[in-house]
Amino acid sequence: MKPTRSGQGAPASPTTTRTMVLWCPDWPITAALREHLLSAEHPVALIEKGEVFTCSPSAREQGVKRGLRLREAQTRCTSLTVLPYDPALDARSFEPVIAMVEKIMPGVQLVRPGLCALHAKGPARYYGSEERAAAALLKALAAIGLTAARVGIADSPFAAEHAARATEFGDDPGTDSIWIIPPGETASFLSSFPLEVLEEPTLAVVLRRLGIRTLGDFAALTRADVRNRFGAEGALAHLKASGLDHHSVVERKPPAELDVVVHCEPPLARIDELTFSLRLSAEKFVDRLREAGLVCTVLVVQLQSESGEESVRLWRHPRWFDADDVLDRVRWQLQGSGDVEHGLSSGISRVQLLPETVEDLSDHADGLWGTGPDENIHHGLARVQSMLGHGAVLTAMVAGGRMLTDRRVFIPWGDPPSEAAAKSRNLPWPGQLPGPAPATVFDEPRAVQVLDSTGSTVDIDERGLLTAVPVTLVAAPPRQSAISSWAGPWPIVERWWDSNGRSLNRFQIVDESGTAWLLLLVDHRWWAEASYD
Amino acid sequence: MFQAAPAGSTPQGARRALSAVDHAGDKARLKAELQSKINGMQNSRPSSRRLPTVPVLAGILPGGGLQAGAAYSVANSTTLAMALLAGPSGAGAWCSVIGMPTFSVEAAASFGIALDRLVLVPHPGDQWLTVTAAMLDVVSIVLTCAPQHIAPSDASRLMARLRQRGAALVTMGPWPHSEATLSVTGSNWQGLGSGTGHLRSRRMRITARASTGRSRTADLWLPELQHGPWSTSISDPASTSTADAESGQQGFFARSARAS
Repeated sequence: MKPTRSGQGAPASPTTTRTMVLWCPDWPITAALREHLLSAEHPVALIEKGEVFTCSPSAREQGVKRGLRLREAQTRCTSLTVLPYDPALDARSFEPVIAMVEKIMPGVQLVRPGLCALHAKGPARYYGSEERAAAALLKALAAIGLTAARVGIADSPFAAEHAARATEFGDDPGTDSIWIIPPGETASFLSSFPLEVLEEPTLAVVLRRLGIRTLGDFAALTRADVRNRFGAEGALAHLKASGLDHHSVVERKPPAELDVVVHCEPPLARIDELTFSLRLSAEKFVDRLREAGLVCTVLVVQLQSESGEESVRLWRHPRWFDADDVLDRVRWQLQGSGDVEHGLSSGISRVQLLPETVEDLSDHADGLWGTGPDENIHHGLARVQSMLGHGAVLTAMVAGGRMLTDRRVFIPWGDPPSEAAAKSRNLPWPGQLPGPAPATVFDEPRAVQVLDSTGSTVDIDERGLLTAVPVTLVAAPPRQSAISSWAGPWPIVERWWDSNGRSLNRFQIVDESGTAWLLLLVDHRWWAEASYD
Repeated sequence: MFQAAPAGSTPQGARRALSAVDHAGDKARLKAELQSKINGMQNSRPSSRRLPTVPVLAGILPGGGLQAGAAYSVANSTTLAMALLAGPSGAGAWCSVIGMPTFSVEAAASFGIALDRLVLVPHPGDQWLTVTAAMLDVVSIVLTCAPQHIAPSDASRLMARLRQRGAALVTMGPWPHSEATLSVTGSNWQGLGSGTGHLRSRRMRITARASTGRSRTADLWLPELQHGPWSTSISDPASTSTADAESGQQGFFARSARAS
């Protein structure tokens, strides 16, 4: 290996880093297949913005390719399974692969999901040779079901990546999934590659006009000339082409294990037993975060029962979770799923606490003189919540809608405000109530009676007209009161095309005591929606 | 040090007395200050600190407004309860509504109650007392529908907590220790005919009966209760009392609100 000059910080200093690159071909497809539990032969296409982003080999055989419109792809391959492309899924499902590699070889750099780089020197010395190190890596990945992975080893990450990719075009594709470029031969390996692999389209166009068609031709130019003509970008591309990469392998620091798993043996069927046994773990969870200088603001609680049921819920906190808050969330989640008094349907065997969002402790530190009155509010309301449950303490928003119960949205304390509600408020709602809002809105409309002068119920005919003038209101059954003024019917027809739609008539009525009522007439029956008391 | 204390915390009587003795009255001032503190701790009467109140109601409430540490009961009108909450909420206080699932937040918003500082506990169940006590610790004013039967000892304990925290309690329905009972004694809606129009405004007669037995009434329009014009003077008994309430405590007995 060529001795490297010190001065790693300088971007253009020519260095060689013996690098091993692990490449998993078609990683988005592999990730999607694993996520949706499909067989590897199943034709699958991932769609982004209506076009095929990538597809599985079996789909490719039937003519599906990148950039095809969805309909076109489905015509070519009728059994195609179409899934949306999810970059987060790629990253998430690559995490176990990196963890596996880190188990046997430290210092992994994640280049992108499906591609990672390592220093080759250490593993080569440990396993005896580079071949053996690469074979050990592939063997470890085969153990977690990844058989298609490939390894390339060369003097620079760029060359190693292309060595790994080049295994596909080897003499016997599939069997030999390791390609090792011996030290010093990287430049000659790269020399036959076209300029496109540099991923510098404008530079490639100019070079082609100058008669340069391969990386070898480009590398043959002197470095000083390239720098003078093409500037820093050109110089970097020239370094890559000559097998010297200014990029070194930046080792990833494995993230600290922050989640906590508790196995209950035997499974616990009572909530108080469970929260009691969880207390230590919850404290450990919070302490471990605090040691890392973090606080958890969004928590995922996973509960698994003995019978295999799983309950996963995401909890937010207006400030951050301490151990008591964590226990409260576990309890609320159990109370939501089962009968509180009589324990659970079956015992809980496994509890997992995952910090979904962590923030820096210093952002949430208490001020020297406290953080003002809101802190008290949080503490007080959290106390009430732990008495009554998460959904018992509410804040409210005014939303859009025709019916009064639609026009309010209750949000449990600590949950984020509903964006949909805020948006719907500004829409036009023809048929909404004019004038001042009634102060009392019944959760469920209350049955009332509206009678005419002969004492029979007032109704509406098929033309939407009242059968008689309303004279008497019976709001609380024994007591009758005379109607002094009234208005209506105001018809409201919502979603008439839908069987769940509603059709009703609204009335405003003032009785002799001066109390105003908002009444509904639905299917010949009268209800009180609200009262202006 | 005492110059820096907020003016509202000085008892009104003491302040008036002090203005006469001014510079020689350092000792007297200190004494009065301490005496008022002792009174605040010993006395079963609420402190003289007032919460911001909607002016038309401040005019008829005993003491010229909602007093910190006092309880008020509202007989038959959620609208009136909302008007009581609107003053403190508009001044930035946190409010809480306990045990009232029919409380309309849209109407509350139209009264100027800030919904982001309003906490609702619609169904406290049998833990009403604990929840209300916990809320009184953290918020400035609590509106609640008290259970039918409450033990006198529980009520006194709640009142003690109320005085200690300086919050105000508004109950729907009767409450044993209420400072005043507010009720709507007359209501007349405008805008509705027989089969025509829609509800537009409401003329209300509000009666506040103090625990001493003295009662005052005010006639006003509903929009006036909601969003002013609080400071303009219309030739109307209610708005005259408004002007008086703003001019301060001196005009308390000269107010035109009728005493019966």
